[in-house]
Amino acid sequence: MPAMAMDVPTTRLVHLSAVDVVIIAFYFGLVLAIGFYLRGRAKTGEDFFMAGREMTAWVAGLSFLSANLGALELMGWAGSGYQYGILATHWYWIGAIPAMLFLALVMMPFYYISKTHSVPGYLKLRFGEPSRAVSAVSFAFMTVLMSGVNMFAMAKVMQIVLGWDINFSIWVSSITVAIYVALGGLRSAIFNEVLQFFLIWAGALLIPILGLYEAGGWTNLKMQIAERTSEQYVHLWSGLGSFTSNPMGIHWTGIVFGLGAIISMGYWTTDFLVVQRILAAKDIRSAEMAPIIGAGFKMMVPIIVILPGLLGLAVLPVKLVPESVAAVTGGHSYNDVLPLMLARYCGPGLLGLGITALIAGFMSGMAGNVSAFTTVWTYDIYRPFINSTGSDHHYVNMGRWTTVIGVLISVGTAYLVMQFASIMDYVQALFSFFIAPLFGTVVLGMLWKRATGPGGFWGLLCGTLSSIGMWAWVKLDPSALRYVALSPHAKALAQDMYQALWSFVVCVTVTVVVSLATQPKPYTELTGLVYGLTEVPSIGDVPFYEKPIFWAAVVTGIFILLNIIFW
Amino acid sequence: MISIWFFIGISMLVNGALILAAGIYQLVNPPANPGVVLFNLHANVWWGAALLVFGLIYCIRFAPRRQT
Repeated sequence: MPAMAMDVPTTRLVHLSAVDVVIIAFYFGLVLAIGFYLRGRAKTGEDFFMAGREMTAWVAGLSFLSANLGALELMGWAGSGYQYGILATHWYWIGAIPAMLFLALVMMPFYYISKTHSVPGYLKLRFGEPSRAVSAVSFAFMTVLMSGVNMFAMAKVMQIVLGWDINFSIWVSSITVAIYVALGGLRSAIFNEVLQFFLIWAGALLIPILGLYEAGGWTNLKMQIAERTSEQYVHLWSGLGSFTSNPMGIHWTGIVFGLGAIISMGYWTTDFLVVQRILAAKDIRSAEMAPIIGAGFKMMVPIIVILPGLLGLAVLPVKLVPESVAAVTGGHSYNDVLPLMLARYCGPGLLGLGITALIAGFMSGMAGNVSAFTTVWTYDIYRPFINSTGSDHHYVNMGRWTTVIGVLISVGTAYLVMQFASIMDYVQALFSFFIAPLFGTVVLGMLWKRATGPGGFWGLLCGTLSSIGMWAWVKLDPSALRYVALSPHAKALAQDMYQALWSFVVCVTVTVVVSLATQPKPYTELTGLVYGLTEVPSIGDVPFYEKPIFWAAVVTGIFILLNIIFW
Repeated sequence: MISIWFFIGISMLVNGALILAAGIYQLVNPPANPGVVLFNLHANVWWGAALLVFGLIYCIRFAPRRQT
């Protein structure tokens, strides 16, 4: 996610009418009603933490996608669309689609067959308690901090866009989320994520429709952007031959190997926040289809995120600037492009729906963080290390209380960030440290029988430490960028790509070396956990058009075609 | 159990009705300064109507009494 540091509130960007306020109030009423309705369906641990494992492929797939479609992502990537042009689309296509399909076809069967409650839970089964402890503690800690950071950032956005008081935004949103997640558990979070998916499309799709109408179509839009900036703003790949020939300062190797092969694989296949939605699927076929459905819709998200940024380049009368410049000059920053476009086209009612979509994105993102935190705390920290003899009812109560406490910690973090703004950048950076090494550990665990418990533990630890080390090195000595990111011209996003690539390499290397030097587990203990020792259950005798592999092929074909069209 | 799609239908239906009503009001009483670009297209009328129809279909199709 592009960093959204918001320093100084300016004049509010939009003014709401009465009908807009009614639409926003109706959304809050509806999500609370859903929470109260689902309370009676969250009595057992399986209900509360895993939504009863009864979600259809469509519900799990849309929820899986929505967990990543938060308001800050929408606004941040629309800003990136304005700043970097169509290059930002890489984060939605090569930076997501291959990973989602890999999760569906290769990794999902192992997650699903092992009946694990979480990604740390899988690590426990495959590598033992130490690996689970490292993964669970780091995930729980970072998830709840990220939730607080996002809470503060969104409250700041609401202050800038609508003029709302920060305290009001923080407390109203957090109390609402605490109520509906504590009542309905994961099922409530999933329901609201699916609702959010529809609200976002209903609220944001008008911007590209009206924007293209105003710009005179896609061809005219490209010409206007080329006149105002450069040709490279509308090409996905043709400017990636060198670090200096594109607006992002990145080479194609960073996009393909850093983003496509490591960061996106790490995020979409091992970040429990998104994987938890798939684990709630009702059967193996639904579990495999859900990420494929998510991938199909993910390819379309640039229409409502990147395209508004590109349209902003062509039709907005003002030139947007970086946050740091906007803070000094009082102008609008890149991150304001989506609200500006919303205000440009959306009158009474439509504006309320657009703002509701942003609020829904923010709240469901917080609910996703909190529900994932609750599960990992209860099943991977509290039960194994603090109280292993509690009843199922006891753990459900623990889950409800943890939800409330998790929200309160998030609120505390939000106020901490308010006092010390630089914490925001550090927390966002810290979160990225764990993703790439975790992917190395999980994928080796699933695909390589010889990987051992000590190998997994030391690989994960060394990979994570190397990622932190590279980040600290560049922080202390900016000239180190030429070594970490292979170029002194690399921008922050490019640094992330290479940092992830090297930490993955360290993780895999250490895991392999330590595994070969230690005693392997007997194969009988790896059944159901590792490729080659596990019989994947059949999805049944279904026609070809209901098979995951067929739809994965369709999505792959469209993905390739889109990259060629926008080359 | 009430289907998630029914809740989606309710949301789209109510939002569509409110947006359509606001759009029709502006169509009948055009503001001196609309404040938005392409006001002449009356997007809130047709977009509100589209959401309303979408929501209505979902509400009927996934009404609780029809669930097995």
